[in-house]
Amino acid sequence: MRVLEAIFLVFINPLFYKITLTAATPLIFASLGGVYSEITGVVNIALEGIMLMSAFTSVVFTYLSGNVWVGVLMAVISGLAFSWIHAWGSIKWAGNQVVLGTALILIAQGVTGFLMEPIFGKPGQTDFVGKVEELKIPGLSNVPFFGKIFGELSPFVYMAFAAVAFSWWLIYKTKLGLRMRAVGENPEAADTLGINVFGIRYFGVLMSGVWAGLAGAYLSIGEVGHFRELMTGGRGFIALAAMILGKYNPVGAMLASILFGASSAFANQMQSSSLIHVSATVKPLFDMIPFILTIIVVAGFVGKSRAPKADGIPYEKAS
Amino acid sequence: MNKRFSAILIPIISVLIALAISTVIILLIGKNPLTAYSALIRGSFGSKQAIADTIIKTTPLILTGLAVGFGFRAGVFNIGAEGQMVMGALIAAAFAGNFGFLPPIIAIPLTILIAMAVGAGYAAIAGFLKAKTGAHEVVTTIMLNWIATYFASYMVTGPLKVGSGTPKSPEIANSAQLPILMKVGAIEVSAGIIIAVVAAIFMYILLNKSTTGYEIKAVGFNPYAAEYGGISVSKNIILAMAISGALAGLAGATELMGVHHRFLGELSGGKGFDGISIALIGQNNPIGIIFAALLIGALRTGSNEMQFVGVPKHMVMIIQGIVIFLVAADRIVRTIMIRKKVTK
Repeated sequence: MRVLEAIFLVFINPLFYKITLTAATPLIFASLGGVYSEITGVVNIALEGIMLMSAFTSVVFTYLSGNVWVGVLMAVISGLAFSWIHAWGSIKWAGNQVVLGTALILIAQGVTGFLMEPIFGKPGQTDFVGKVEELKIPGLSNVPFFGKIFGELSPFVYMAFAAVAFSWWLIYKTKLGLRMRAVGENPEAADTLGINVFGIRYFGVLMSGVWAGLAGAYLSIGEVGHFRELMTGGRGFIALAAMILGKYNPVGAMLASILFGASSAFANQMQSSSLIHVSATVKPLFDMIPFILTIIVVAGFVGKSRAPKADGIPYEKAS
Repeated sequence: MNKRFSAILIPIISVLIALAISTVIILLIGKNPLTAYSALIRGSFGSKQAIADTIIKTTPLILTGLAVGFGFRAGVFNIGAEGQMVMGALIAAAFAGNFGFLPPIIAIPLTILIAMAVGAGYAAIAGFLKAKTGAHEVVTTIMLNWIATYFASYMVTGPLKVGSGTPKSPEIANSAQLPILMKVGAIEVSAGIIIAVVAAIFMYILLNKSTTGYEIKAVGFNPYAAEYGGISVSKNIILAMAISGALAGLAGATELMGVHHRFLGELSGGKGFDGISIALIGQNNPIGIIFAALLIGALRTGSNEMQFVGVPKHMVMIIQGIVIFLVAADRIVRTIMIRKKVTK
């Protein structure tokens, strides 16, 4: 009964909803990145690596410039640069996209670990370099319940939702979006209609770098203000699962990200519940919850989520 | 170009390109690449200890390389060798602590069997989900890796915990430990390396001389044609994942029974991921995988020595990443090779 009571208390605690939003934010950005890349037909396992690179780059440039927004900008640029490598290997050279993605993750882990010592003088973790300030909405913080949720949130949270709205409009309401979807479904037909298949695919992958870059920036200078080795901790893959669950649609990916955010917020709040007293030993079992949920979701409900037809297949012009 | 020739040449040229790029990086941080590489070689082959250490590091890598390579041949991408290895070693450690009453001739095979069965079962989850619901094995095996990591950390800080300091399980029974082949100072090379080589030979026979191997390869090559030819695709996907997982579990067993003799906080340390590079560099060929594992094992062993001359050991990960990238996009390398020919 104490467990039920603890669960009930978690759900009526505004902190649970606030943590859900903040935990969902990097997943929303990264899963959007997945949507852009995969609807044009390029599988992007590299999201995890792009996030890691950007998280690191944003900390480096915040450290060098003293301005967090320079850090955010450089995170986006590094996301673009790193995803360009993925695009180059998988579009121009028609490489195996899944394997290229794992290679880029390894390179990102190596590069960020490698550069930490020359730049910050110590391995493992950087010093605190600064953090993007929370957005305080005057008056709102005094409102009961909602004030505790929305009163003081990172601007990244609002940016993530704005990005979803923009992406939905771009993908479903513009000519460019139509072309992206056409290229992912049937590149041969798109090519016959005069659409530049390679160009559109480059656009999709590069945009995934922009969004994954913001996801990485949020993890480091958005949330904690420093960089830690391997700090993405599998979120890139959870984002991929969110994208699949969201049926390759920006709004669906957002909803799925919120579901995963809620599951980790739930694990987090249950761990600190005073009612059931979770010992340090049992904590790892709670940490498993989001990952188990991902498997259930990918296997269970997603039977019907259909990937774009040409997803993962390199396009080669018939010559 | 001759197919067999390019299968050997592409990985070699990829490694050379990766070394060239890493030379530039080492120069950029103001270190001497020659010092770094000589430290790398000294650290991996420079002394008896170094060679023994390289053999120890190579042993599980051959097995995870075989695990991933076997999956590739069957058309499944097993990123979960890491988790299967951890689970196999963890559960085998939990049992083998109590095997003191058994003679080695029973205790050793039994412990190996437990690790392999657990690895196979854990991988089969992903295989089953792929076959039955279409859940992509890349996502599920990665999730299973995380679950295995957290489960292991729960077990060694909770039910299996002994002593303080690094979380660890109790030591396994003496009779379940692998015999020592060679002793250099404090370093003991166990019979694990023989197990790994035998596994490679076994995989070669399974893939090339058996009906099961033929079916698995057929499914990997073209699932639609295989189905049309009366081969059950879903059965073979699950079977391929299970065999792949059994090899990863065996990697865990050699680590447990030959090196640490207990489950330590972080047993795997990325060996499952290394399996991906090894399978690719070895072109999914069991013999190629042995040499690729030796290459990665030597890089890993030597990287500690390289750290002493001021080059972070992460350099090795970068080299490995570049090699995987180039082998995956092998047309880059092919184009370079053709251009060279033309300019000649």
